[in-house]
Amino acid sequence: MRDKIYGQLGDRVFTAGLVLLGLAVMLIAGLMAWELGAGGWEAFRSFGFWGFVRGSAWNAVAEQFGAWPFLLGTLITSAAALALAFLPALAAAIAVAEYAPRWLAEAVAYLIDLLAALPSVVYGLWGIFVLVPLVRDHLEQPLFLWSAEHAPALMGVLGPPTGIGMLSAVLVLALMIVPYASSLARDAIRLVPRAQREAMYALGATRWEVVRRVVLPYARGGIFAGVILALARAIGETMAVTMLIGNSGQLPYSVFGPAATMASVIANEFAEAEGGLQLSSLLAVGFLLMLLSLAVNLVADFILRRMSVGEGRK
Amino acid sequence: MNLRRRYLRDRLMVALVYLGTLLVLLPLLFILGYVFVKGIGALNWDFFTKPPAPPGEPGGGMLPAIVGTFVIDLMALAMGGLLGLGGGVLMAEYPEHPLNRPLRLVANVLGGIPAILMGLFAFVFVVVPMGGFSAFSGSVALAILMIPIIMRATEEVLRILPWELREAGLALGLPRWRVTLSLILPAAKGGIVTGLLLALARAAGEAAPLLFTAFGNPFISFDPLGPMDSLPLKIYVYAISPYEEWIRQAWGAALLLALLLMVTNFLARRALRRS
Repeated sequence: MRDKIYGQLGDRVFTAGLVLLGLAVMLIAGLMAWELGAGGWEAFRSFGFWGFVRGSAWNAVAEQFGAWPFLLGTLITSAAALALAFLPALAAAIAVAEYAPRWLAEAVAYLIDLLAALPSVVYGLWGIFVLVPLVRDHLEQPLFLWSAEHAPALMGVLGPPTGIGMLSAVLVLALMIVPYASSLARDAIRLVPRAQREAMYALGATRWEVVRRVVLPYARGGIFAGVILALARAIGETMAVTMLIGNSGQLPYSVFGPAATMASVIANEFAEAEGGLQLSSLLAVGFLLMLLSLAVNLVADFILRRMSVGEGRK
Repeated sequence: MNLRRRYLRDRLMVALVYLGTLLVLLPLLFILGYVFVKGIGALNWDFFTKPPAPPGEPGGGMLPAIVGTFVIDLMALAMGGLLGLGGGVLMAEYPEHPLNRPLRLVANVLGGIPAILMGLFAFVFVVVPMGGFSAFSGSVALAILMIPIIMRATEEVLRILPWELREAGLALGLPRWRVTLSLILPAAKGGIVTGLLLALARAAGEAAPLLFTAFGNPFISFDPLGPMDSLPLKIYVYAISPYEEWIRQAWGAALLLALLLMVTNFLARRALRRS
């Protein structure tokens, strides 16, 4: 009798507890999607779903809201940051996993992990006081003056050379995702079986040929998935971008000029939002941001499953 | 001739790869060094023991933010740890359970959602019904951030343990829940602690989910139902302020936060190696 209580009842209670906790996690995720969608309902209803997505006015006084400038801002900044970060991150991953002697590889890998753990606000702080003056004085102003003299048509594309704007935000974003992208690529490269490399060496290949013909093709699924995950990181990155991008509701059509991303407009305006429609519009932007990161993560998952060789396919 | 060209290309690529690595490491090391140099000058006794001075006045410190960081993050760890551990144990120890597939999907989805949306959710779900900003709502946001990390780490560690360990326990007549609680969890202790610490380090650096939940508070507070300050939040507020003294202290707070996170990460690695 005691055994029965101890065994069967105990098992039942324990499993029920675990299931309850698991259900709570699922409930939280579901509630999150629901609350953001329901909160943004008023905005979607007033402007229509596509009207809100494609609307390019963001004006609290006129009560006109559209997410297009922020959607574009998010896509442009994160894609540009990824383009900047990709090759260096891959190089660092190859160096750590293939070229460097053990002690150096461990030191570099440790440093990269350390830097991946540095908080976003710290990157933002550094960006405001070091990167912005640097970019303004040594990159934007010379370029702007040059274009004023030689190619006035370019000035509109470049935008005001104040340092605060898209360019600085992209640079800091690139710095922030490099460690993350690099460590994911490193993990993918480390999964390549040693026998594959040795077979290639036995054929007389040089080290680069082994990397180029064996390691990279074998690891490409993991590397691409890592790249997409880094993109997802960049899309959701909030604080550093908010501190550097200048937060303007204009369409982001100039390189130096201020813009905003979906995350930065929420961070910047939510606490001070007046009126139900602005609050609802910000929640709707949050809902769209959630959909976007979901889509990007699903793509990464898909790539990992489809493009992996061997172990990746489970 | 052909061989020489191949060797040349090999050397060239080695050089390029190392150059790329330097391109990654140099700016990042520069950031780290800069934070250290600027921050160390702002750390003094007052910084650790005093509440902030009124705007523009010299002096004052970070005590409320330091206390608040610990209160908010530990509350979040308690909530996130419970849910994350529960989910992780369920996925690893009851692989046949029908809840596992959707649960894993949800964990992946949650892990990919930007942190600021956790803050939005906590605002709508906790702040609005409770009628005001509170440390508790901030902890809820951070806990949601922690859940997928803890879940994944727990599941991975438990999966590594050999099935023989479970079978040995079952063969002795132990029911499954005792096997899990007395054999599996103790055996996986190191790895689980690592997961908890990594999740803590990840959440402790986030300012975005706290912007409209914990909100900030210049006074020392232990009240979980009232607004509370936190180091990342303070760094943000001070960094965009016009006051020189505040900016100086933002560097100090950045250094302190970076050091705290490094210590947490170091402890996490050590816990993993011990197990």
